[in-house]
Amino acid sequence: MGERERRGAPPYGGNFVSRAQVMDADQIRRAVKRMAHEIVERNGGLADLVIVGLQTGGIEPAIHLVEALEAIEGIRLPLGTVDVAFHRDDIGLRPVLPEAPTEIPVELTGQTVILVDDVLFTGRTVRAALDALTDFGRPQAVQLAVMVDRGHRELPIRADYVGKNLPTARSEAVAVTMHSVELGEMVK
Amino acid sequence: MKHLLSIDELSEADLREILRITPSFAEVAQRRIAKVPALRGQTVALLFYEDSTRTRLSFEVAAKRLSADTLNVSVKTSSVNKGESLRDTAETIEAMGIDAVVVRHRSSGVPWQLTKWLDASVINAGDGWHQHPTQALLDCFTLQQKLGDLAGSHIVLVGDIKHSRVARSDVQALTMLGAEVTLVAPPTLLPPAIGTWPVRTSHDLDASLVDADAVYLLRMQSERQHEALVPDLREYSTLYGLTAARAAKLSPHVPILHPGPMNRGVEIAADVPDLEQVVVVDQVRNGVAVRMAVLFLLLGSGVNDLPKVHAQPQADANVGTAV
Repeated sequence: MGERERRGAPPYGGNFVSRAQVMDADQIRRAVKRMAHEIVERNGGLADLVIVGLQTGGIEPAIHLVEALEAIEGIRLPLGTVDVAFHRDDIGLRPVLPEAPTEIPVELTGQTVILVDDVLFTGRTVRAALDALTDFGRPQAVQLAVMVDRGHRELPIRADYVGKNLPTARSEAVAVTMHSVELGEMVK
Repeated sequence: MKHLLSIDELSEADLREILRITPSFAEVAQRRIAKVPALRGQTVALLFYEDSTRTRLSFEVAAKRLSADTLNVSVKTSSVNKGESLRDTAETIEAMGIDAVVVRHRSSGVPWQLTKWLDASVINAGDGWHQHPTQALLDCFTLQQKLGDLAGSHIVLVGDIKHSRVARSDVQALTMLGAEVTLVAPPTLLPPAIGTWPVRTSHDLDASLVDADAVYLLRMQSERQHEALVPDLREYSTLYGLTAARAAKLSPHVPILHPGPMNRGVEIAADVPDLEQVVVVDQVRNGVAVRMAVLFLLLGSGVNDLPKVHAQPQADANVGTAV
């Protein structure tokens, strides 16, 4: 299953059926807060940082990260969104449609981009997002933050900030909202 | 969706889906590097049997922004001049390995004929007086940008309706989106079957403009005058042209559209195109985005039949396992 199917939105992956809750709202809030502290620590503050959420699952975690960072440092970072539909390597293999226009609010050259997604799985979406970002300039660095790392990478990609490492079977699916992280299956 | 031949072969869901994804393609043009790899390795042939600048260039730019290669078949300098048939020309370029043909032809129905001969996707870029679907898509997109949801809005189309493929496609698309359309033209420039169209007609431009939400001027084709359908171009512009006086009476919030090329001084007074509310440049810009969306849907999305997939969520459910 691709990274996008877990969202279960028609027309692609069928319906998500949950088997177990992995994180509740409090745990997610604390994980976001911890990741925010890690971002501040690693970058020595928030100078020249941009948060970019991946359409569509990465948008909400990105908003929460921006808010958590503001609570810590008192600075509201610029927030962008990127849609990777035009950069996917599986175009033509399965239905891929753009969700919403990509929006990068600042020139990326010289900035450190924190790319945010909900689940890191094969790494192919992140690969596509890295390509998409280069259309907007040459960032100083790109770091990756994900709410859940579920393993099964197919490309040499890793996350810098992880909400939770969650061992999964390939056939399983992970659903992330800011209230709950659940492990289950896609049922057709 | 394999081909784009006419608006009436689209469902309302198709039409709305194309308009929904178009802003994502418009955004690509704003990037520092305005090119994405979505259609890398695909080839689009532009087969234009009729003169065209903006439509051909627009398709070419659209294809290139998506990294497709383009083949320009300029009829004036090709074997067509030596008497090659449409079928032979089409099969020849297909044999070179193309994925889509964008065709414009003076005869209605040519794009449909091509779909029988070719495996490639066919996009109608204007056939005779019949259809010009991408023009209608870009007009609807432009109107939505200016007016929001078109349901209940009143769009006035003025000019040579009879010979206009733009009018046919636009009327179908606009009414599909719930707009009310009034066609204003002299009786000689209305099609005989106008009674079957879902529109009002009028011969009084001033009365029609009173409650118009948008005005769409069609190009007055000067050759029509030779057919004696209008007695005189000056009379035409007095009765049916957007004169400076008529433009001044319009609210500045009423967009004025034109498919181009404009005949300044005929359907539109010489200085009216410089008004703020004339959105011809938006139309051209949006034309590229909408054509990108169409090319992507036909060639790159993997959605063979988009609305059916939406209607039956399970249809493509197992395709995702390839990832």
